[in-house]
Amino acid sequence: MDFKMETRMLYRWIGQIGNLLLRLLWHLIHVLINLCYFTRGIANALESYLISWGLLRRYNSLHVAKLRYLAIVVESEEAHQTSKVMELLQWLAAVGVKHVCLYDKEGVLKKSKDFILEKLDGAVLFQEALENNMLQDQRRMVLEFASFSDGKEAVVKAANVLFMKYLKSGATDKNQEEQIFTESQMANALKTVGSGGPEPDLLLIYGPARCHLGFPAWRIRYTEILHMGPLKSMKYGSLIKAIYRFTMVRQNYGI
Amino acid sequence: MQKGGVIGEKIPTFLFKVVHFLRKCIFSVLSVGPIPEHIAFIMDGNRRYARLRNLKEGAGHDAGYFALMSMVIYCCELGIKYVTAYAFSIDNFKRGPEEVQYIMDLMMEKIEQMCQKDSIVNRYGVRIHFSGNLQLLSEPIRNATKKLMVVTANNSNVFLTLCVAYTSTDEIIHAIQKSCEEKWAENRESRFLYCGVINLVDIEKKMYMAIAPDPDIVVRTSGVNRLSNFLLWQSAGSYLFSTSALWQDFSFWHLVWVVMNFQRNQPRLEKKKKQL
Repeated sequence: MDFKMETRMLYRWIGQIGNLLLRLLWHLIHVLINLCYFTRGIANALESYLISWGLLRRYNSLHVAKLRYLAIVVESEEAHQTSKVMELLQWLAAVGVKHVCLYDKEGVLKKSKDFILEKLDGAVLFQEALENNMLQDQRRMVLEFASFSDGKEAVVKAANVLFMKYLKSGATDKNQEEQIFTESQMANALKTVGSGGPEPDLLLIYGPARCHLGFPAWRIRYTEILHMGPLKSMKYGSLIKAIYRFTMVRQNYGI
Repeated sequence: MQKGGVIGEKIPTFLFKVVHFLRKCIFSVLSVGPIPEHIAFIMDGNRRYARLRNLKEGAGHDAGYFALMSMVIYCCELGIKYVTAYAFSIDNFKRGPEEVQYIMDLMMEKIEQMCQKDSIVNRYGVRIHFSGNLQLLSEPIRNATKKLMVVTANNSNVFLTLCVAYTSTDEIIHAIQKSCEEKWAENRESRFLYCGVINLVDIEKKMYMAIAPDPDIVVRTSGVNRLSNFLLWQSAGSYLFSTSALWQDFSFWHLVWVVMNFQRNQPRLEKKKKQL
């Protein structure tokens, strides 16, 4: 009996040592991975400075006209740094980007919109531009502010708009296998509830992780999504590189 | 000759066992950190793979199927419970009719194979579900998908969702339509004049993807950085990973790299998911 207990204890010890070794190995691998990313970060930072100084020629002429609509996703904690957001918008204005949608999950940027519009010369709100037919005015930068309520919650509101249509149309008697609503009806319903902005061509994520954080699903079907790192370490050169990469992309839309 | 033949058979089996053991060791190390519950793949690169290797058009899709099965096995061994793959988009119907027909024939062939008792999905305990607007498929394929779902219904190691005739926008519209029909039916039963409103919960339970939790990771191959109308609703808190490898070349090591990157970002992602 003692021998059996001792054997069991021995196996337990071996198991614990084995677990400890696995944990050490896992941590070691992650340290190496973090080291690789750190080195890559330094290389990217160097490249972005070279781009900013105009030393990398191919980035000197951007075909910005291809970028009709840009979206920026910012982590809500970082969205409080309004000066950083302003700096980013000024860079975009300098590059020639005319339509920008700023998104953060909690709506921090929405609360700062008056401040941003005041400080950014010539900027106008998307809704205002739409109403006054100013969307084609190339002198102004059109800004849109979105949050999580423009995503799933807006779809729910649009669903209720469609539900009212469903009740009024008499489609309740139709065969339930047939499709009653179309994508254009949904798009119109979203416009009705105030979430009918255009689909961005490019979405830049400023945050620690590559995650779109609930940007309105209906609008990012074919959007290029690039991760830029945290807002606090944003660089002008990285922004230029991201826009350049976008202009080189060829889409076939599934065909 | 016979002895040589037996030895010849034993060597691959032995190698297979060694490779399997090494894989288990690597997965044991990976399992120290958080393992994703649900991983989704946008399997891009089929046509490019065939072009690069001068294969006939469509051969890339065959290789893509094998890559998918390998991934499902690895995910099963690693303990990833849900795997979703973007097999065929509604947009893909716009491709050349020959290519579409080839893919449909391939799908039919593979579904029939998977229905066999000793198929790879039954051996590994993979339960298969098809998500998408299956009404857009021909009747034989639709019936075959239903049969496969029934045949694998008792499997429980991995839940594989194949998105066929799927787009997120179609899924959202379908969910809204079903919610409208349900609300209308509730109203008729209760005889109230007021129909009530559709809530977020009503829409979410009618989604094709309601059978699985939101994905922890969405992987896109071929160096593309788009979701292409895939899981747009469900990916709010997902880690988006893009790799330049073509889907057919997406291997065990790529999966290990994806999971390690997920583990690196997991604390932040977990926090975001809770907030969402």
